Amino acid sequence: MAESVVFQPIVSRPPPLSETGLWHWARERLFGSVTNSLVTLICIYILYLLIPPMLSWAVFNANISGTDRSVCAANPGGACWTFIKVRFVQIIFGLHFGQHPEEVWRPVLGFAMLAGLFAWLLVPRTPYKVQVGLFTLFGFPFIAYALIQGEWLGLPIAPTNEWGGFLLTFTLASVGMVFALPLGIILALGRRSNLPIIRAISIAYIELWRGAPLITVLFMASVMLPLFFSHEIDLNKVVRAMIGISLFQSAYMAEAVRGGLQAIPRGQYEAADSLGLGYWKKMGLIILPQSLKISIPSIVNTYMTLFKDTSLVAIIGLLDLLNMAQTASRSLEWKGYDFEAYVFAASIYWVCTYSMSRYSQHIERKLDTSKRG
Amino acid sequence: MHLVKLMTGGLTALALATLPALGGTLDDVKARGFLKCGIDGGLPGFSAPNDKGQMVGIDADFCSGVAAAIFGDKTKVKFTTLTAKERFTALSSGEVDLLSRNTTATLTRDATLGIDFTYFNYIDGQGFLVKNSLGVKSAKELNGASVCVQAGTTTELNLADYFRVNGMTFKPIGYDTSVQTREGFDGGSCDVLTSDKSQLAAIRSELKDPAGATILPETISKEPLGPAVRQGDPQWRDIVTWTLYALITADELGVTSANVDEMKKSANPDIKRLLGVEDKMGENLGLTNSFAYDAVKQVGNYDELYQRSITPLGLKREGSVNALWTKGGLLYAPPMR
Repeated sequence: MAESVVFQPIVSRPPPLSETGLWHWARERLFGSVTNSLVTLICIYILYLLIPPMLSWAVFNANISGTDRSVCAANPGGACWTFIKVRFVQIIFGLHFGQHPEEVWRPVLGFAMLAGLFAWLLVPRTPYKVQVGLFTLFGFPFIAYALIQGEWLGLPIAPTNEWGGFLLTFTLASVGMVFALPLGIILALGRRSNLPIIRAISIAYIELWRGAPLITVLFMASVMLPLFFSHEIDLNKVVRAMIGISLFQSAYMAEAVRGGLQAIPRGQYEAADSLGLGYWKKMGLIILPQSLKISIPSIVNTYMTLFKDTSLVAIIGLLDLLNMAQTASRSLEWKGYDFEAYVFAASIYWVCTYSMSRYSQHIERKLDTSKRG
Repeated sequence: MHLVKLMTGGLTALALATLPALGGTLDDVKARGFLKCGIDGGLPGFSAPNDKGQMVGIDADFCSGVAAAIFGDKTKVKFTTLTAKERFTALSSGEVDLLSRNTTATLTRDATLGIDFTYFNYIDGQGFLVKNSLGVKSAKELNGASVCVQAGTTTELNLADYFRVNGMTFKPIGYDTSVQTREGFDGGSCDVLTSDKSQLAAIRSELKDPAGATILPETISKEPLGPAVRQGDPQWRDIVTWTLYALITADELGVTSANVDEMKKSANPDIKRLLGVEDKMGENLGLTNSFAYDAVKQVGNYDELYQRSITPLGLKREGSVNALWTKGGLLYAPPMR
């Protein structure tokens, strides 16, 4: 008998040097053919034309010292971040907190708590994820409201109609998101219901709201609603805008969710029926978990649109992030620095929407149960 | 157009029908503990936030003055920023107690919107900004000119009226915002720019070459801007009107926020009545007799308001229509007695 041979795999050798590394990557991707090389060179040239002046304006040559425009006037070649610095609290938290900088800790603490909750949800293997998630959705908004508005905790009151800047943008968007999703799910189920009246109501609602531009809805909320309410109901403009945005977005959300529902094969419904599940159990246990997962990209898409659409409240005179930045750049003190204001506002919008996009990709990967690799 | 008129008519009727119980605005304000004031919020000189986040400008300061007159504390005011479209609904629906938002008083607004105008805190009018290279000294020489104008405003209508009445032709070039209008003028799309004169000075200062453009002397429209109140509460209207009159009277009598305490000892009976040392001017209005003293002490007289907010826009008060009647202007407050 020959000695038993134990299979010993040879450690695979690294690919040849010409097939790896930066050099290979550049040759393959950037200079693969004559056309590619040309395109690459043109792009590099364009970047060369754009980036150095931009960096010089925004970073190397920029002004940030001082507290008035004399600093920027002395060095007009660079960005005037002094303006943003002086108006920072105003642009982020609105006029109330701009006037009372000693109260700024309240919204800051609110945002910090929210960041903590998100971190809890994001980090793998933290316990009680479901409970924390539900708390973030339904408990935390009240805590944040109590903290920032102040009345319930006996702090100096910061009325909601004096919230502004990023705080307002964020609040409008979050309220819209929290209310639009459940409402949207109900509407989507209603639209696919077998009961004709419920189906008709859902279709009418969705088509009506989708058929009207958000600007119309906001005008309606700001100009018409106060006429219908009696004097005693003091719904301020921010609350009215929240109602308008939530109702409007729920119609879009319904269609996003319906897209997911339609992607579920009939067999799943029949399987649920044959198990003897009732309507709600069938939906809650079998259909919705699958369809919502499919809908994540379109739900997040709707969310991003909603986040950016909140800037439309400027037309009803609310000082959201964009309008606040714009107003600040029109003031006597800082007239002419609109570009800095827009760049600052745009970068905040970008950071927020990009984080949303990354988060949704993370969720998609986590929930992906398909057999792909 | 008829449909629009019908609808606005219907809405106004609806607005009037659903109006809150009238009267007692002063009691409401006192019970609430602060005044609700509607402002523009983004118009430097009239109302805009400063670096500290406070609303300042001649409109916003007037609101603070009314708060001082009622509560003896100018900080007891909450501002609501309103767009041009919302402002009248906000006032008639009770969302604000007082509208101080660079609003022109007109007959139609007064008669059909359920509001009342009080007096004027800034008298504006439409004018022209022209390039010096055009060599024009008067608006009457503008025949055939191309004019940059903000589209969809009364400014545009006044412009058409003015050229028609004077038998001249012009080429309108419309823009959506005032910034675009300025850029159009600066870039050479037109020879002339038209807007309210309070804006022209600011626009001129932002041009690439301010010295290359001149504001023509003509004023082609009347734009008396002033605070408005809900119709149907005479006491409240009196309070707002007379607070404004008090600020103008203080200007006339030389009473300023700096010397108001000294002035209390003045022998001048007009000053004594104004500051509540003599007679019961404030009580007659339903306020304390020191209402004018509080307002002047805390926000200043009319001239102080003007110098603080409007002068930095590049609009001198001396020799303008906004000077006192004693100095050749139009501001004239009835006697406080």
